[in-house]
Amino acid sequence: MATQWRVAKWRPRRTTLLAFAMLAPSLLFLALFTYWPVVEVAWQALHNQRKIGGPQVFVGLDNFLKLFADAAFRKALANNLVYAFGTVVPSLVLALGFAMALAKSNRVNTLVRALFFLPVLLPLVAAASIFLFLFLPNVGLLDYHLAKLALSGPNWLGDPDVALYSIMGLTIWKNAGYYMLFFLAGLQAVPADAYEAAILDGAGPWQRLRYITLPYLKPTIGFVLVIGLLNVVTQVDHVFVLTKGGPSDSTNLLLFYVYQQAVESYDAGRAAAGTLVMLALLLAITASSLRTLERSFGERDQ
Amino acid sequence: MSVANREISPRLGYGATLAIAALWMVPFIWMLVAAFNPESVGAGMASLVPRYIPTLANFAEAWGSADFPRYTLNTMIISFGILAVQLVTVTLAGYVFARIEFPGRTICFYLFLLQLMLAPVVLMVPNLVMVAKLGLYDSLLGVMAPYFASAFGTFLMRQAFKVIPRELEDAALIDGANVWQRIGFIYLPLAKPSLIAFSIVSVTAHWNEFLWPLMVINSPDLRPLTVGLASFTRGAEGAQAWGVIAAGTLLVSAPLLIAFALFQRAFVNSFASSGIK
Repeated sequence: MATQWRVAKWRPRRTTLLAFAMLAPSLLFLALFTYWPVVEVAWQALHNQRKIGGPQVFVGLDNFLKLFADAAFRKALANNLVYAFGTVVPSLVLALGFAMALAKSNRVNTLVRALFFLPVLLPLVAAASIFLFLFLPNVGLLDYHLAKLALSGPNWLGDPDVALYSIMGLTIWKNAGYYMLFFLAGLQAVPADAYEAAILDGAGPWQRLRYITLPYLKPTIGFVLVIGLLNVVTQVDHVFVLTKGGPSDSTNLLLFYVYQQAVESYDAGRAAAGTLVMLALLLAITASSLRTLERSFGERDQ
Repeated sequence: MSVANREISPRLGYGATLAIAALWMVPFIWMLVAAFNPESVGAGMASLVPRYIPTLANFAEAWGSADFPRYTLNTMIISFGILAVQLVTVTLAGYVFARIEFPGRTICFYLFLLQLMLAPVVLMVPNLVMVAKLGLYDSLLGVMAPYFASAFGTFLMRQAFKVIPRELEDAALIDGANVWQRIGFIYLPLAKPSLIAFSIVSVTAHWNEFLWPLMVINSPDLRPLTVGLASFTRGAEGAQAWGVIAAGTLLVSAPLLIAFALFQRAFVNSFASSGIK
């Protein structure tokens, strides 16, 4: 018993040392650019700085109070929720449909998959540049062709009630093909004989979807939902190019708000408080889906 | 009845998918048509059908009004520089999480998981301070450094290493191979598909990134393609410039699109099978 304990104690020490030596490069960069910044941002959120390089004054929760008193921030928060769910869920449904329709590998399907995948490769800034002109009033692609059908579109990017939805259209176009790939991979895990048996039993397409495909794809759906939400919350390139958050903050998103506070208003305290709210949101998304993520990244499997 | 059911709906679904695919192409086609259009002024700009003799004038103008070769070089340095360091860090960390049991392993795993949701751009304000402290503000290295460790890559490599039979490593161990030799001669060659998949994901992500480089870079000649394109678009805004913008957008997007066209199968397969179930 005693010797066993000593052996057990001595051997892990060497392997532990090796393990940490091999993790060291990663941990160094994670410490510099993930862990320390989190501490830093929490500290900054409790302080104010009058000018760059000036002294930091402790202000307690003042930055948070100001933040939530700011209508622009509350708008950005609400927009972000609408934007996140309003883009991820439709993209996910489309992606699932694409994947199921194109599951069989043949020349045509491979080509069509590639078409759906093209927008993924485009930098978001480039996609936004195209959509900037697509949404142009009267002469833009949308309005011009709607006019031919004797229809008139709204002011896609200029109307505060519409602009966020226009931007969401761009995001769905950009991301659906990406999610499709995960579903294509997920569909490979569904055994073909499950379908055959169901067809023999007389199950229609909807029944097969409901009782075979969806249950098998449940983990994939969870994974895509989480990755998608984490993804879209941290993307604002299109807002930068298309609307700069306007008109009247109708397309402002949290990260862009933080950017504005930091770069345009030089309000580091408020930017930090805004970052913390974002972190809380991202943490909530991650924590509520930890089991899905763990399963995807395989911590618990053997 | 049931035969009709099972035949018709999937066909309808397939037809709808093809129709949406056509719709998905429209922005690309429009960009292509506009980029070669000699008159991108006024009413003709919304045309999806080329009714002109193609010209390269838009490309010439775009090429001349922004330093695209320089931007491309900067983007390449950023993307491939990040990848080179990442391949080392994720291999080492992936091996640890796949094969070594040690106290603190679970905590380390969660610490890595934390980075999955905290893209450096979320922490842009403190990260910018850190980059400045390290003397890397307004440098390509400053854009790259926050990405040198990758939780995503670590988990991917861990997954790939785990399915490699332990017996192979044990055999090498008996032959006297040290840990570096075991990784270099057994794990890396067998995990090649995952390495390629990760490389594609990583390069694509950093090739397309915008806000973080925008924060770090101040000098115009250090701009990557995305930042260059955004300032170019803003500079030439207005309907009459659509042809030039389209040409510029095409120039910026072309490298990845060409790479995709060349390696399409590997591209899609590697994304789809990047170890995520």
